Amino acid sequence: MSGPERPRSELLLELADDELVLGWRNSEWTGVAPFLEEDVAFSSIAQNEIGHARALYELAAAELGTTADELAFDRDPDEYRSAPLVELRRLEWARTIARHFLYETADGVRIDALKRSADVEIAGLAAKIDREEIYHRMHAEMWLDRLQDTHDGTSRLREAVEELWPYALGVLDDELRPVWLEHVRARLAFPLPEGEPVTRGQHSAELRELWEEMTSVRRSAPAGASW
Amino acid sequence: MVTSERVWEALAEIPDPEIPVISLVDLGVVRDVDVAGEHVRVEFTPTFLGCPALEVMRDAMARKILELGGEPEIQVIMDDSWSTDRITPEGRRKLRESGFAPPSPRSAGTPKLVQLQSKAFRCPYCGSLETRLENIFGPTPCRSLRWCEGCRQSFEQFKTI
Repeated sequence: MSGPERPRSELLLELADDELVLGWRNSEWTGVAPFLEEDVAFSSIAQNEIGHARALYELAAAELGTTADELAFDRDPDEYRSAPLVELRRLEWARTIARHFLYETADGVRIDALKRSADVEIAGLAAKIDREEIYHRMHAEMWLDRLQDTHDGTSRLREAVEELWPYALGVLDDELRPVWLEHVRARLAFPLPEGEPVTRGQHSAELRELWEEMTSVRRSAPAGASW
Repeated sequence: MVTSERVWEALAEIPDPEIPVISLVDLGVVRDVDVAGEHVRVEFTPTFLGCPALEVMRDAMARKILELGGEPEIQVIMDDSWSTDRITPEGRRKLRESGFAPPSPRSAGTPKLVQLQSKAFRCPYCGSLETRLENIFGPTPCRSLRWCEGCRQSFEQFKTI
């Protein structure tokens, strides 16, 4: 996205790591969401995100001579290229919705750009992923409207967006961030906060905690174990 | 002797692992079949990327081809060539009969929340158009949940993608 000199596998790993880590975070709502519909929704979104991660890892793995599982689970936390926004642990509801909206909007901008890529494999996969992501954006926007329909909802959402803002700024690069800002501005009922991006590569302790849990089964069983 | 026609017939006998009333051919995931001697190449275009049924489908197709005496190669196509428009008219009818509202055509454009919230979806049980969206998401990635005001039952809507 930021120039032709960039290795393709690096771009694929950014996308895949974002989707894997966020998929994991979204799955943390399974069983404990505020009501049943959201339990189902976040579980289903998590399943989609992890499916996208797998397809992206497979494309990267073919290039790097490895496997999707090795990329997903056998790297050290410091090697992940995920954005700090997706690493944050399960947040309270307004923050979850704020992250959901900020991330899905950014992901939509990024996927839209990739659909026009000259690389046919990337463009084809992006088009497929986008078909599913439309429903994630719909869900996020529906919740945004619902929260912004009341004074209390708006103030909680605003507080959450302000807190997450530096992280949200770090999802996209300088080229795509302005496009995302326009989308976000058009939807929020309050002015955009100010801030400096917390960019990729600055991993939080929260990623290590997540990694410990996410890779525990893989690490406890010898490679090649079958179930 | 394996022929393309026999392969298509055999694949049409494989039920969808999650919605067994329709076959993989009804679902539209078989894009092409190419037979060269014993070698049978199937172009498989998956539905949802996170669908756990994909491996089951792929393995079931390979098994069927082996049973025919062919040597299977299942090529997974990772682009947007599958859409719900590929579900056959027969597949749509079977979905309706088993309590699923079939997906609306993509020709209506990119799916939008306002369309999903509209009363354009017919209840597969009583035929009423007085239905509303309960949840964009459902028990599998391909389904949404709707509620029928007519017969007061929930039903599943196949998502348009």
